[in-house]
Amino acid sequence: MGVISAIGNNVRENYGALVAGRTGISRITHIDTVHKNDIMVGEIPTDNAKLEEQLGLPRDSWSRTALLGAIAAQEAVHQAGISDINDARTGLISGTTVGGMDKSEQYFYDYFENDRAWHHINGLHAGDSTRKIASKLGLEESFATTISTACSSAANAIMLGARMIKSGQLDRVVVGGTDSLSKFTINGFKTLMILSDTYNTPFDDKRKGLNLGEAAAYLVLESPALVEKENRTVLGYIKGFGNANDAFHQTASSDNGDGAVLAMEKALKIAGLTPDKVDYINAHGTATPNNDLSEGRAMLRIFDKKVPEFSSTKAYTGHTLAVAGAIEAIYSVLALQNNVVYPNLNFKNPMQEFELLPQTELVRKELNVVLSNSFGFGGNCTTLLFSKEV
Amino acid sequence: MSTVFINSVGSVSAQKTFDGTTFLEEVAIYNDTVIRVIDPDYKSYIPPAAARRMAKGIKMSTVSSNTALKEAGLERVDAIVVGTGLGCIGDSEKFVSAIIDNKEQFLTPTRFIQSSHNTVSGQIAMAIGCKGYNFTYVHSSISFESSLLDALIQLKNGEASNVLVGGVDELVDHHVDTHRLIKHIKAEPVDSSQLLQSGTEGCVMAEGAHFFVLSNQKQTSTYAELAGVRTFNTLSENKIGEKVSVFLSENGLTVGDIDLVISGNNGDIAFDGYYQTLADDLFGDTPQAYYKHLSGEFDTASGFALWLAAKIIKTQTVPDVVRLNHLQAPKLKNILLYNQYRGENHSLTLLRKC
Repeated sequence: MGVISAIGNNVRENYGALVAGRTGISRITHIDTVHKNDIMVGEIPTDNAKLEEQLGLPRDSWSRTALLGAIAAQEAVHQAGISDINDARTGLISGTTVGGMDKSEQYFYDYFENDRAWHHINGLHAGDSTRKIASKLGLEESFATTISTACSSAANAIMLGARMIKSGQLDRVVVGGTDSLSKFTINGFKTLMILSDTYNTPFDDKRKGLNLGEAAAYLVLESPALVEKENRTVLGYIKGFGNANDAFHQTASSDNGDGAVLAMEKALKIAGLTPDKVDYINAHGTATPNNDLSEGRAMLRIFDKKVPEFSSTKAYTGHTLAVAGAIEAIYSVLALQNNVVYPNLNFKNPMQEFELLPQTELVRKELNVVLSNSFGFGGNCTTLLFSKEV
Repeated sequence: MSTVFINSVGSVSAQKTFDGTTFLEEVAIYNDTVIRVIDPDYKSYIPPAAARRMAKGIKMSTVSSNTALKEAGLERVDAIVVGTGLGCIGDSEKFVSAIIDNKEQFLTPTRFIQSSHNTVSGQIAMAIGCKGYNFTYVHSSISFESSLLDALIQLKNGEASNVLVGGVDELVDHHVDTHRLIKHIKAEPVDSSQLLQSGTEGCVMAEGAHFFVLSNQKQTSTYAELAGVRTFNTLSENKIGEKVSVFLSENGLTVGDIDLVISGNNGDIAFDGYYQTLADDLFGDTPQAYYKHLSGEFDTASGFALWLAAKIIKTQTVPDVVRLNHLQAPKLKNILLYNQYRGENHSLTLLRKC
């Protein structure tokens, strides 16, 4: 596993912040936006120059999305103990929503003035960030693709990776996602009026919206045969997955969370588990009025009012858009490894619509199955189930 | 494992392909560096009030997907999978320019919402009330093949019975203008009937939307079997022959079994060598065809190739306009599609008569 986010530059730092209850939400510093005093973000403190130095790249050569992605993917491959990425049938599946938009918006008119930034022109393709990550990993003659289903992108990348290993198409696959902050997303979510002007408060009755975040997170999935052959230490298992569409509204979730219910049902069915076997839910919990109500109702429907301990980690990282599903997959696996439920920060007021209280303190207890939700624009709903044992 | 059938096709392209009753009997010839689709009558598919703010990509996809669903005789499908290099990029460009021009003020959400790459798959789901699996792939010239492969796995493993698969990309100004700067688009117009003799770098950029219903059930409308799809992120010219041979043998075939190869030549002298190498190495005695003089080049142009291959197998005729050599197969059983863009993101797709 590899991750870079507002709460840390690697898996160890992220875990440290999670158990310490330390948020990464702050004012924005890397992007000069007129909204800087009205919003808070989950920004990665390291600037592009540092990231490029770390990757051995010249200044201003890649979009921040690709830089973050390469750093997290390298950590994942390193942690998995892979020395030659091409020694098995390996794939790369990456989710992103903005791709190279950070550079496209910066040089949108400059391209016609001079050729200084022409190398960024093709970077607008979402797939270009994946191409660059593949090149850093040395992945050749292989399956590499990009998924963009808004905020469920990386969750879907994980799901596709699992399906491709299960169906025998691949032996190993690096799955996850990357998204940097950009004026594009800041202004886009601003027009939708779902950005909070302060720290986001998932599942709180007075929640004011989300904080955008940036991150990259990747996991290495391997087939049972490869795990045995290489004598790997398995961190966790993908037990189930489900994707469904709310088919309700382009940007809002249905009142009763139909898509979310379907996604959770499918994942449980594939896992062959009943809802009572789920020990912890890492909720999507963006802290928008619409999401938390819809997701809360969906959880109540699935768990028949006996909802297990749940929390959203968006108050730590912000909503990292495409990456949310991968970063929260890593947090879910860390939860299983360490038998810990992370607190849902900033929660004060129970929601009026139902009696659902997120876990607000750190809890240490035996965890065997963790459920993680990711929902996106276009009605896209994905649930992943992680387990400690096969 | 189930066999996977192509049960219907839908196309909006630079040719009059939206009319499914004809098959390239009339061919539009262009002399340009960019080409747009021949617009169907969008009004008969989309209420004018809705169409006004709708991105071109959504409009083209609405017509193309409707056509495919209708031909398959379906109102619903189990899954929707769409490939698009850039999504509704016209809206992205307008939103970015508005951010810059208006200094981040007075913006409205429509452009931003339609900028989501999965707008088309989401819109179709809403339009037909499909609550099933819904994915969007955005990986340059294998965006469409990623979708095909996903659908193929689902159908083979019995996870779905009917899947709507499509590829869509729209042609917009800023994207064209910037890609002219870096010479990805030809500097001089070229007569489309002379595309492969252009002798120049870059492509003729275009747009289009191609949708198909893939199913594990054969029916009267069935065109062909989709036997296999394989993609490669990188590949050197001298490795392509080897990869094709392995792909064919995995599907129980040899070079001699292939009755037609449809190649993605786009007239870019810097990269068409891949197709020539493959033709020389393996397929010297095989009938060959091409299509980008008809469709133009875009990330999901290979959707046009699948449309073409499906039509060829069903009608058992190869239109003269797509022939690359003078060889003719006595029967058209196995068709191999090969595509790449600028030397990257190679794809092999295999169709079989059924």
